[in-house]
Amino acid sequence: MKIAVCLKQVISPDAPLMVDERAGWIREAELPRETNEPDLYALELALTLKDTHNGEVTVVTVGSEHAAVTLRDALAKGADNAIHIVDSEAFAREPLQTARALANTIGAGGYDLILTGLQSTDFGHGQTGVMIAELLDLPHVSMVVETVLEQGRLRARSELEAGSNQWWDIPLPCVLTVQSGINRPRYAGVKGIMAAKKRPVRTMPFAEAHATPLTASLSCEAMVAPTARETIILLSGAAPDVAAQLAERLRAVLGH
Amino acid sequence: MPGTIVVVAEHTGRDIHPATWDAIALAQRLGPERLVAVMPGAEAVGLEAVFDARVHELWLAQHPRLVSYSAELYCLALQQVIDSLAPSWVIIPHTYQGRDFAPRLAARYGRSLIADCTAVVHDGAGLVFTRPLFQGRLNARVRAVGEMPHFITVQPGCYGQDYAKLENVALRVQRVTPRLDGVLIRAQGGPPQRAAHPSVDLTRAEAIVAVGRGIGSAANLEMARRLADLLGAELAASRPVCDEAWLPMERQIGSSGLTVTPKLYVAIGISGAIQHLAGMRGAGTIVAINKDANAPIFRVADIGVVGDLHEIVPALIQVLESRRDA
Repeated sequence: MKIAVCLKQVISPDAPLMVDERAGWIREAELPRETNEPDLYALELALTLKDTHNGEVTVVTVGSEHAAVTLRDALAKGADNAIHIVDSEAFAREPLQTARALANTIGAGGYDLILTGLQSTDFGHGQTGVMIAELLDLPHVSMVVETVLEQGRLRARSELEAGSNQWWDIPLPCVLTVQSGINRPRYAGVKGIMAAKKRPVRTMPFAEAHATPLTASLSCEAMVAPTARETIILLSGAAPDVAAQLAERLRAVLGH
Repeated sequence: MPGTIVVVAEHTGRDIHPATWDAIALAQRLGPERLVAVMPGAEAVGLEAVFDARVHELWLAQHPRLVSYSAELYCLALQQVIDSLAPSWVIIPHTYQGRDFAPRLAARYGRSLIADCTAVVHDGAGLVFTRPLFQGRLNARVRAVGEMPHFITVQPGCYGQDYAKLENVALRVQRVTPRLDGVLIRAQGGPPQRAAHPSVDLTRAEAIVAVGRGIGSAANLEMARRLADLLGAELAASRPVCDEAWLPMERQIGSSGLTVTPKLYVAIGISGAIQHLAGMRGAGTIVAINKDANAPIFRVADIGVVGDLHEIVPALIQVLESRRDA
């Protein structure tokens, strides 16, 4: 079984965000980066399927040169191959552009299963995985929380709203977008980390992967920090003072 | 001037999904000459009347194969309707269902979605949409460019019932039958299943103390539990806490969990990702304790404490205990 997993490197969700108005992006040079957390669940699902059913896992990313770390981490955890679509403008890509570069690259690989995280923690477009399915004319199931693979037939359970869910029968090859929290992503061992250093990473420029002229659907004009509600009552001071004020207000709300 | 705008109406067969009204409210703000709600499905009985004076037309795309939802069938059906209406905008609720089919549909037209929009304004030069970045820590202001139609998804709850009554508009209902016979559908869905019956019902709680990732560890839940006891509140959590299995999923608040409206909601170490806010912004009084002054939770909070929860919460417990003992 050949599995491709799309990974994205993002600015760490807790990093302080300062908007660089001229660049139309945040000042990211010094900020910590990490693999998009939702993608880690997709990677773990791929590695678990490989452990059970044999096969190979290829990880693919669209990102700047920094994103090589994300591929190395995945190789260290047990991925077999890595493809880096190198793109210094990755932060400015629209979902369809990223999806097209990924679909063109993955489409030629003969994969049985293509996995992505549900969405990224930076842009949160939540479109790339489903668009890859459309571009490759493959079926998809989104927000997958459980999979069963038997005799070449895949069943995937998708999460619905308000705690409901639904099972899907889906033939291979197909695309699944994976909901967060469905497994416990493994850590890389020392042996894996050492082995990963020797593995080749295939690189290609974004323009080559995308192959066709870029078309745009949206233009981001500004990024602004949302403001707190104007009517918010902010309590400040030392912890005991704040606690006393807060206790008073809680009592008023609850009436006891 | 936008000519025709299509809004995809989501329904369960019995009810219209409330996010449909957010999408209609946003669509109305684009100033359409012709606002068309499109409802794919089988016989959606008696749902037509609620669209009166909210849209100009309701198109019921009916076919036996649309009885249960499938992204592949929805895309085929909607594509046929869009091609015949030639709209300038297609507006879709950013629900689980919308997120499942809208990217496929937009990609079919060579378009990206402007996803999860929370507002739209005219600024003289055109329409500017607001959408969250970094899970709500920043907002992007975005314009649609390129070929029409533009595809927009709308965050549930952003406009609520804040749509206009269209004056002098008699709803025109149009039934269309998409060509779906003989189409090969690959992903086959079973019936939707309800979650196992929960052992607690947080939707009836008068007060809720909810913890987020900022709590740090399962051991720290003890102080949140103590605070909840002192307030007569139920303990709940945001998704990451339940993903870590520190609390059971049945106590998860947000779009993938419960929607609650208690009198008091105390959010401890919860940054306020959109998915969480969707489940609690209807609470009476929202108290937020968080070390990050820019956390989105402070946008919905009535009372805010910017500080270290590991100092504030124990101090609060101490005050409440001494009150009780006095």
